[in-house]
Amino acid sequence: MSLWIWNLIEALLIIGMAPFTATLVKRLKARLQNRRGPPLLQGYRNLAKLFIKQPVLASQASWLFRAAPYVIFAATSLAAAIMPVILVATPLTSAADIIALVALLALARFFTALGAMDVGTAFGGMGASREMTFAALTEPALLMSIFVLSMVAHSTNMTAMIDIVLNTGLGLRPSLAFALAALGLVTIAETGRIPVDNPATHLELTMVHEAMILEYSGRYLALIEWANQIKLLLFATLILNLFFPWGMAGSPDPLYMVIAAVAWFGKLLVLFVLLALFETWMAKMRIFRVPEYLGLAFLLAILGMLTHYILEVGV
Amino acid sequence: MFWALSAPSLALAAFVSGISLFGSHDIQRRVVCLLLVLSGMSAVIAGLAGLLASPITATLPIGLPWLPMHIRLDGLAGFFLLVIGLLVSAVSLYSMGYMRQLAARFNVTTLYVFMPLFVTGMLGVVIADDAYSFMIFWELMSVASYFLVTLDHEQDANRKAGFLYLLMAHLGGLLILGSFAVLYATSGSFEFDVMHNAVLTPTWASLSFILALCGFGMKAGLIPFHAWLPEAHPVAPSNASALMSGIMIKVAIFGFLRVVWDLVGLEHAAWWWGGLVLTAGSSSAVGGVLLALQQHDLKRLLAYHSVENIGIIAIGLGLGMIFAYYDYPTLAALGLVAALYHTLNHALFKGLLFMGAGAVLHSAHSRNMEQLGGLIQRMPRTAVLFLIGCISISALPPFNGFVSEWLTFQAALMAPQLKGTILAALIPFSAAMLALAGALAAACFVKVFGIVFQGSPRSQGAAEAHEVDGWMQLGMAIPAVLCLLLGVLPVWMIPLIDAVPDILVNATLGESVANSGWLWLTPIAEARASYSPIIVLLALLLAGGVFLFIQYRGAVKRRTAPWNCGYSYPNTRMQYTATSFSQPLRRIFANLYQTQDKLLRTEHGNTLLTKKIHYQVHVQDLIWRYFYLPIRQTIEWLTRQVDWLHEQQIHGYLTFTFITLLILLGMLL
Repeated sequence: MSLWIWNLIEALLIIGMAPFTATLVKRLKARLQNRRGPPLLQGYRNLAKLFIKQPVLASQASWLFRAAPYVIFAATSLAAAIMPVILVATPLTSAADIIALVALLALARFFTALGAMDVGTAFGGMGASREMTFAALTEPALLMSIFVLSMVAHSTNMTAMIDIVLNTGLGLRPSLAFALAALGLVTIAETGRIPVDNPATHLELTMVHEAMILEYSGRYLALIEWANQIKLLLFATLILNLFFPWGMAGSPDPLYMVIAAVAWFGKLLVLFVLLALFETWMAKMRIFRVPEYLGLAFLLAILGMLTHYILEVGV
Repeated sequence: MFWALSAPSLALAAFVSGISLFGSHDIQRRVVCLLLVLSGMSAVIAGLAGLLASPITATLPIGLPWLPMHIRLDGLAGFFLLVIGLLVSAVSLYSMGYMRQLAARFNVTTLYVFMPLFVTGMLGVVIADDAYSFMIFWELMSVASYFLVTLDHEQDANRKAGFLYLLMAHLGGLLILGSFAVLYATSGSFEFDVMHNAVLTPTWASLSFILALCGFGMKAGLIPFHAWLPEAHPVAPSNASALMSGIMIKVAIFGFLRVVWDLVGLEHAAWWWGGLVLTAGSSSAVGGVLLALQQHDLKRLLAYHSVENIGIIAIGLGLGMIFAYYDYPTLAALGLVAALYHTLNHALFKGLLFMGAGAVLHSAHSRNMEQLGGLIQRMPRTAVLFLIGCISISALPPFNGFVSEWLTFQAALMAPQLKGTILAALIPFSAAMLALAGALAAACFVKVFGIVFQGSPRSQGAAEAHEVDGWMQLGMAIPAVLCLLLGVLPVWMIPLIDAVPDILVNATLGESVANSGWLWLTPIAEARASYSPIIVLLALLLAGGVFLFIQYRGAVKRRTAPWNCGYSYPNTRMQYTATSFSQPLRRIFANLYQTQDKLLRTEHGNTLLTKKIHYQVHVQDLIWRYFYLPIRQTIEWLTRQVDWLHEQQIHGYLTFTFITLLILLGMLL
């Protein structure tokens, strides 16, 4: 039972911390660009403001437009609750393996796109069209890079996958390097960061995600933004825990848990500094360069898979 | 057995009443639909009996004098009876409402006569236990469905589609007959029992396999034999296309399983069989969905999605065959169960989607997506049901499509068990293709739902659309509910399906599925992978509850015009269209589509002052160009070469007769 409580705490932690970490990335980026950046609690303030404000709906918006943010938020937070963050063996992890986790995020995306299509403005259609196109290319790359790891671990259960890496180490497994590179590229595309999409822009013809949620306001917008922040944190944790799980707590001992939480946050900080550096250093790509970028991710994942077969299975 | 026989008999009774009651359309409709519903229900009961009880066989005193009709009800037949029964019941209820409006425009007696015959044919194929009855029922199914396709035969395109369908169906039938001929030559009997026990040489077994794969592949719509699907499905009335796409192509899957897995037997399999099925499946899955994305005719789009889903089923079957060859019966059972689960799922959601497309066509008078829009306001219930179909086919949790795709992924991930064989390296590519197909399908159904049901109406017809009647809603609601149930309770469904791998590969998933309790689905072992759809459903229900609570509290919100960069209220022509939605993919996969686009502008004498722009884009199915056209050209060339035979004087023909006689005499001596 205490495991379930820890699982709940973890879920609340990742959901609750998401606005903070999203602001953290913004601030890191701002510092790198010689700006001051928002205060670290700005994420919460924005959400609070949006929740209080009266939502404005387009006149032809249907119930689906209003229901979509709830589905998006629920699917994303469920995915976050399923992901082992601090404790390796969380009970809820069995509810969905990594394929189901990806599918939950796909469900959230499906409803984001439907919400975008609902009003029938060109912005929504454009955003949905682009998002679903990129998703169609991202998802195979994401699954392939994860499959490399699950073939190594003989499991798609995240606890088992983390366990394998913790106990045997990355060691002589070149396939995992390919998988990691692919997953990194995919993460940037999935969370809508530069160079695939620009999270900071509105009303630019190249935007993807922001174009989809242009019609949303008030609590609906708050839910979607929050879900998006959770998604960023979720993907960061996914990379960290699958490839660098050291420090995670093997048993629900409060001391280990605190150490693991600190380790997680430390690793997160490193990853976010890298992300901020990357975003500062890169410019946004032209929209039709993105397929090449995603093709590269897919190719890396396939290479990882082949390396696994050729070098690692026989041994 | 009683139920198994009562199902086709009731369908036959529906056929008889369809013929005899042509006087009053109203009575005819009620009687035929009622009998078909009963037939479907007895097929469901028979199917459950077949899955749960041990196999039973019977010999009927009808048929040829020396060959009475053998029937059999085992797990495999039972499973497909269940699939057919479920959809036939739902579609018949739907037809109660749908046929009424159809009667105004067509001579619907054709439908009342041939639809029951079609159902009889499908049920008969499934319970047949000898090659003769199998082929009789198979042809009955093909020919009856031809008349369904050509119901609206006054249009040239429909007759052409019907001809293409008939041609492919018969070519397929011929190949299947060839496959049976090989088995007959070895075993010396038409009975399946004898064929099953016959020992084939590897060459004959492979020949039989190839013939069966091509023959059943033609009916199922595997690439490259899919050409008839996108032509025939759109022109058939929607209840008929629901049956054709939902279950007729599944009967081909049944035939493949019966002939290759059961009669030829996987113990005679060569190593490349599974690889071939897997490759055909992967290319169908991706090819089907890529072509579907570029359609703007709703029913044509759905037809291409059938190609995709048959591909996914074939991936599962191929995996099963590969694992069976390398002697991993449990894993083979996993591949097979994944394929069968997807068969059932696809029957339900594709039936639902075709019925939904019929409802849209019925009330908005168009199946061209560019003419639709905003139907979620005008047909709210149909919209919800159609949305369930869209989510299911896009393989999203907690609906059923995800469960079967997840099982297929699990089977594919067992590939490292095969150690370093070439096939083992092929499997991950298939998994990648499956992932690509799933993600593209999601994109496609965002397009479908977004363009057809959301936004504002793009034509007068869509603006004046109205909700369909209760029968049609009921017909769509049944598969929709089943989609959710199958998505949430796979743990209860899989033990039922388990009877099929028990017969075909002598292995079941039973223990590993049942071990972890009702909440967790664990196909292999708990440490390997698990999925709990109920928890996902609970999370979504919680979100839905919060949503409804807030709505109920009546939280304040304001309605206004959508944001349009400060310009005036956007009109309906400023919306994204189906063509523009798929433009990025058209550009990315330009090599596959061989797109040809044309832009015509008329100007007021200056490039900046455009009067009118006309944009036309054409997407090709490469298979037509590189597979069908060469075949057609070869046949035409051959016929031209023998043309001179027909252009002789009378003495020329006499010479031919003389030479023929000489040759025959020579053979005698």
